[in-house]
Amino acid sequence: MPDVQQLMTDRFGDAFRPSVFRDNVRYAVLADRLIEVMTFLRTEGRFDFLVDIAGIDYLHYPDATDRYGVVYCLANSETAERVYVKVLLNDPEPRVKSVYPIWKGADWMEREIYDMYGVVFEGHPDLRRILMPEGFALYPLRKDYPLRGRGERHNFPPVTRAES
Amino acid sequence: MKFPDFIVTRLDWLANEARANSLWPMPFATACCGIELMATAASRYDIGRFGAEAMRFSPRQCDLMLVAGRVVMKMVPVLQRIWLQMPEPKWCISMGACASSGGVFDTYAVVQGIDRFLPVDVYIPGCPPRPEQLLRSVIDLQEKVKATGTVNAREVAARAAYEGPTSLANQLAPDETMVVPGDYRSATRLRD
Repeated sequence: MPDVQQLMTDRFGDAFRPSVFRDNVRYAVLADRLIEVMTFLRTEGRFDFLVDIAGIDYLHYPDATDRYGVVYCLANSETAERVYVKVLLNDPEPRVKSVYPIWKGADWMEREIYDMYGVVFEGHPDLRRILMPEGFALYPLRKDYPLRGRGERHNFPPVTRAES
Repeated sequence: MKFPDFIVTRLDWLANEARANSLWPMPFATACCGIELMATAASRYDIGRFGAEAMRFSPRQCDLMLVAGRVVMKMVPVLQRIWLQMPEPKWCISMGACASSGGVFDTYAVVQGIDRFLPVDVYIPGCPPRPEQLLRSVIDLQEKVKATGTVNAREVAARAAYEGPTSLANQLAPDETMVVPGDYRSATRLRD
């Protein structure tokens, strides 16, 4: 197998910054080239399994330059290699291209990130909330959302004994 | 000995005896309290000794709602709907710390006690409660039924007022409170 990382460094240049921490291989990628990088990893790198997508809110994080991060964990089922691909996004409307055309498993994962952080995945076939109720309009895992909510959990009519 | 052809009793008493000794629980088990509930129904603790062994997963056939576990805000309309579907007379046991008060889950998603949205008859503390505590609550509920029940459930008609605790919405900081119902950008499940 060719050295995928070297190929990608040659091909994507500054848009692709690899790093290693212990045995974790991390690729930081510019958001507008994510699809190119991911397609390359899928075809040339044979990373055929999207393990997980994680979201990060860097608000109040020391030395953070960007507000949001989206981290993709990829695995190669033949060699058991794993890489973590990370893109950084910013307000007011964090957007990134959906990887659903590359890995179908991204469907619900991207919906979850959208639900919790409000990151919009362009090209996702059905970007709806997946965990929070439909009428919910905020993004609860953002750091500026209070832990106890904004009163949503109290916003129901009580049923009295007589009316039931 | 010859038995008489008739007995003299009070209808309320007769109905209460029948109801108290044959409670049909609707297990609304959402968390680990549900495991204790299953243990209570199993052979070692045997809730059937108190006539409440007929667990039905259809609210239409039940008269005792056992809320065992934390209830999230997405589940509250479901819980209320199930409660309303149960035929009268009916009672509710709030089992465990989470159902009674939210427990350790003081977050935006978890309701801080089901008694804020449902009428509760007996609360059980514990995390989770022992099966003996659940049995005790069934006995307590039987006593309550025998003491307050009436044959046509007249006693519940008087309970038209909200009986739960004060809303926690007052404790939110002004800049954190939800916007009035009608603003879809920050409120959920709007009231009519």
